[in-house]
Amino acid sequence: MISFLIRRFLQSIIVLFIVTIIVFLAMRMLPGDPIRMIVTASNTESFTEEQIAEVRHQYGLDRSLIIQYFDWLNDLLHGNLGESILQKVSVSDEVLRRIPITFHIGTLAFAVGIILGIPLGIIAAVRRGSWLDTLVTTLSNLGITVPAFWLGFLLIYVFAMHFKWLPVMGYTSPFTNFWLNARELIMPVFCLALFPIASTARQTRSSMLEVMRQDYIRTAWSKGLKEQAIITKHALKNGLIPIVTLAGLGVPMIVGGTVLIETVFNIPGMGRLVVTSVLNQDYPYVQGIVLIISTAVVFINFAVEMTYGWLDPRIRYD
Amino acid sequence: MANNATSNTAAIDLAEIAPRVGEWRRFRRVFLSRGLVVFGIVVIFLFLFVAIFAPLVAPYDPVEPDLNATLQNPSTAHWLGTDSLGRDTLSRIIFGSRTSLEIGLIVVFFACIIGITLGTIAGFYGSWLYTIIMRFIDALMSFPMILLALVIAALLGGGMKNVIISLSIALMPGYARLMCGQVLSAKQNDYILAARSMGASNLRLMLRHIVPNCLSPIIVQITMMLGATILAEAGLSFLSIGITPPTAAWGSMVSEARDYLAVFPILSFAPGMALMLVVFAFNMVGDGLRDALDPRLRGIL
Repeated sequence: MISFLIRRFLQSIIVLFIVTIIVFLAMRMLPGDPIRMIVTASNTESFTEEQIAEVRHQYGLDRSLIIQYFDWLNDLLHGNLGESILQKVSVSDEVLRRIPITFHIGTLAFAVGIILGIPLGIIAAVRRGSWLDTLVTTLSNLGITVPAFWLGFLLIYVFAMHFKWLPVMGYTSPFTNFWLNARELIMPVFCLALFPIASTARQTRSSMLEVMRQDYIRTAWSKGLKEQAIITKHALKNGLIPIVTLAGLGVPMIVGGTVLIETVFNIPGMGRLVVTSVLNQDYPYVQGIVLIISTAVVFINFAVEMTYGWLDPRIRYD
Repeated sequence: MANNATSNTAAIDLAEIAPRVGEWRRFRRVFLSRGLVVFGIVVIFLFLFVAIFAPLVAPYDPVEPDLNATLQNPSTAHWLGTDSLGRDTLSRIIFGSRTSLEIGLIVVFFACIIGITLGTIAGFYGSWLYTIIMRFIDALMSFPMILLALVIAALLGGGMKNVIISLSIALMPGYARLMCGQVLSAKQNDYILAARSMGASNLRLMLRHIVPNCLSPIIVQITMMLGATILAEAGLSFLSIGITPPTAAWGSMVSEARDYLAVFPILSFAPGMALMLVVFAFNMVGDGLRDALDPRLRGIL
C-alpha cells in the first residue's frame, strides 16, 4: 500500500513535470515576440533595437531554452508566476485573489452533483421501467447535452429578467453579504452542476443495476432484509467505485465549465481571468492559471485513486 | 463487429456466413429498439441534409446585413426573426450547422487517427514507449478540455483552421487512452500468438489483427465525441476565440445575442436549441450503438 502510494505520487509528479514542459514550450512557441509586446505595452513611443536587446536580457530571454526552463521552474517552486504584461501586477497575487471564487462555485457544483445525482440514479435503478426511471433517464440524457452557457442565458431570462426573482449576474463576497451571494450563486452553480448531476445519475443507475443482479443481493433479499438496508448497505457500497471514478473525471469538466459560466454570469474568478487574458494576449496569466488548474486536477485524480482501496477493500494496491 | 474473417474472404463457407447475418440482424434490432435512438438518427440525417444543402434550404443570405430589417420578431418572412444586422436567424442557424458539421467531422478524424496511432503503439510495444506516450497523454488530460483548446486557440489565433487544430489536440488523448486499454487486452489473445508464430510482422499484427478488434468502442466514442466536439466548438465561439463573425456559428450567435436577451430572447435561444438537439442526437445514437455493438461497454463509455 505504502509503496503503491509513493509510486503513484511520483507518477503524479512526473505528469506535473511534463505539464510544465508543455506549458513552457507552448508559451515559447507564441506567434510574435513577447519582448516586443512587453516593450510596446510599457512604452508606446518608438524603441530601438538596443532597447529590445536590453529588455530581452533583463527578462533572461537571451539564454538557452533549457536554462530558461529551469529558471522558470525555480521561480514556480517559489510561488512566483511572473508579472502580467498589461497590468504590471504579480500574477500570483491576482490569481490567489481569484482562486477562492472559482473554488467556491466549483465545490458547490461538485457537491450538488453528488448530492442530487446519486439519489436520482438509485431511484431510477430501483424503480427500473417505471415513469420515475423514464423521467430521470430522459432528464439526465438532456442534462449531459445542454450547453452550459446557453442554459445560463435561459435561466437569466426566465428567473432574473422575467420573474425578477434572482439578480441577473455578478458576484459579491459571502463575507460582505451572504444572502446576496447565495442568491447570485443559485443560477451559475446550477448551470455548472447540471452536467455532474446528470452524469452521476446515469452512472449510478447503470452501476446499481449491475450490482442488483449479483447473488449476494438475492441472498440479502431472501434473508428478509429491508429494501433500504439492501440498497444503501449492500448495493450502493459495492457500486460506488465507477461513480467515484466518474466524479473524479468530472472535476476537469467543472473547472472547464467555470470558464464559460463565469463569462456568462460575469463572475471575477479564474475562468473569467483566463478568457480575458487570452483575448488580451496577456500570456503570463494564461500560463499561471493553466498550471494551477492542471496541478489541481492531477492531485484530485491522485486522491480519487486513493479512495478506491477504502471503498473496496478487495482492491489491492501493488 | 470486426471479425476474424477479414483476411481470408475466399475461405468462408456458407455455414460461417449464417451467424454473421444473425449478428447484423441482432445489431439492427438492439440498435433500433429504443425510440430515442431512432429520434437521434432522424435528427442526425436532418442535420446532415441541412448542412450539405444549406444554400438551397436557407431562405436568406446568412452573412449579408439587411439594415432595413434589423431586430425583427418572428414573422412569416423571417420565421425566427432577425439579428441586430438584419440577418435572418433561421438562415444563420442553417449555415451554422455547416460550420458545426465541418469542424466536428474534421476534428474527430484527426483526433481519432492520432489517438489510435499513439494508443496502439503504446499498448503494443509496452515498456518505455508505453511510459513516455501514456505519461504525455496523462499530462494532456490533466488540462480541462475546453481550457486546453482555449489555450491552443489563443496561441494560434482564432479561425476555422486553428479551431480544428486546437480541438484535435484537446480531444486526441481520450482516443489514445481508450485505444491503449483495448490493445493491452487484445494482444493477450491466442490469435495474436498464432499470427506471430506464423511469422507475421509487428506492423501486420497491429493493422490486421489488433486494430480491427479494438474498433467497436472507438466507433461508439466517435459518435459521442462528434456531439462533444460540436459543443466544444460552440463554447470556443461563444468565448469569441473560435469561429469569428461574420461566419455563422451557433456558439457565437448565442454570444452576439447577449445584449438583446431581455427584448429578443429568441436570438440566443434558437441557435442554442439547434446545438442542443444535434448534440443530444449524437449522444443517443452513441448510446444505441454501444448497446448494440458491445453491451459490456456500458459504464465505461
